[in-house]
Amino acid sequence: MTDDKHFVEIRHAQKSFGTVEVLKDISLSVDRGQIVGIIGSSGSGKSTLLRAINDLDPLTGGEVWLDGVQVNQKLPHRQYENHINQMRQQVGMVFQHFNLFPHMTARENVSMAPIMLKGISKDEADALAEAQLDHVGMLERIDYYPSQLSGGQKQRVAIARALAMKPKLMLFDEATSALDPELVEEVNQVMRKLADEQMTMIIVTHEMDFAASVCDRVLFMDQGVVVEEGPPKILFKTPTQPRTREFLRKHLEAAK
Amino acid sequence: MGLDFTVIPKYLDIILLGCAYTIGITIAAAILSFFGGILFAIIALYAPWIVRQPFRLVAWIFMGTPLLLQLFLIYFGLVQIGIDLPAVVAGIIGLGLHFAVYNSELIQTAILSVDKGQMEAARTLGLSRSEALRKVVIPQAVRAVIPPISNNMIALLKDSALVSVIGVSELTLSAQRAIGRTYRPFEFYLLAAAFYYVINLGMEWVQRKIERRISISR
Repeated sequence: MTDDKHFVEIRHAQKSFGTVEVLKDISLSVDRGQIVGIIGSSGSGKSTLLRAINDLDPLTGGEVWLDGVQVNQKLPHRQYENHINQMRQQVGMVFQHFNLFPHMTARENVSMAPIMLKGISKDEADALAEAQLDHVGMLERIDYYPSQLSGGQKQRVAIARALAMKPKLMLFDEATSALDPELVEEVNQVMRKLADEQMTMIIVTHEMDFAASVCDRVLFMDQGVVVEEGPPKILFKTPTQPRTREFLRKHLEAAK
Repeated sequence: MGLDFTVIPKYLDIILLGCAYTIGITIAAAILSFFGGILFAIIALYAPWIVRQPFRLVAWIFMGTPLLLQLFLIYFGLVQIGIDLPAVVAGIIGLGLHFAVYNSELIQTAILSVDKGQMEAARTLGLSRSEALRKVVIPQAVRAVIPPISNNMIALLKDSALVSVIGVSELTLSAQRAIGRTYRPFEFYLLAAAFYYVINLGMEWVQRKIERRISISR
């Protein structure tokens, strides 16, 4: 192992769709317990980068390492499938459109994967679902179906579902972008709670205020490269790159 | 010579037995066509080429030829290669596979229309592709496809009359037998029609029950 001091390590990530290069040689490292925000306009490659970490969008070049193990290593197909399923169990992901399973209650959404993959009993699964849903403030809706929940409630259940696998790392792909403005805060609160519990998180977001308040470090991406990165206080207050300034200015105007 | 329904009671037991056959064959073939349809859909969408191609030929035989011919093939044809099935079993297999192919088309479309994010969310949790299909994608596809499949099942009930040609005394053939003895075709055909109607009502009732159970979870 060449370098195991970083918890998440992305080395020279490169991704093309045909002739379009969406990630151009990106390197990034995240330490255990760190919270990294990724901002940028749509099409900048920020979601693609996030989705490369658990191989939902496989890279065309470069490496992703998690806790000393290479995620996207070259293996024969069968072996790779087993390996990637193992890796994904350690990485929770939260999507913009929740992707809750509509035919399952909140309880079943949370307990399905642990039952399937960790072989826990029905009682253990129930206790786990109750604990995880309580954690996100959704215990009283435990037997509701997703269609009976608001957007913010759905996203909280989705977070509980990801946490039930006891991940080492959580990925948030614009977790609040599809929510009505008044529902954003309840999801942000859950994410702040995770931050307080030292969960390692990588957050793709459009919410600058939230990124500024929880992230240890923020990356600004544009056209497949990391233009600028740094602590939010510095990046948001005194950006050095013209592209960063332009983006932040537009964003501020849009927010008004 | 007018209608005379007083001849019916004497032959009612024959008709009721035929009814029982029709219901039994329909239920068995419906179950076969439902699970067969799911299996065929999975093969058509996900099996390797070497499995898919011969399967497509079989699917074409069941979709592109008359059900009557298929029943002859299964009942009279298979005997020649040593497979001698009872007529009832041959009828159930013929009807079941025939409608399994139609159900498979519906289920395939439904599987493909399940939101891509569902598979992604399941894979992200660490489920394999087949686990994700089994627990997440296919249950949703099947729910979406219950109403159109129910229509196929009504068609299956009506087509179950075809198994009379291989000698199964289901409702239509029973009516004919009664007619053979009484020379009263109008009365007994009307009676058979009435029984088909009642079975239809029963099937619609079951369908509504299933749909209601599912709609709660949507």
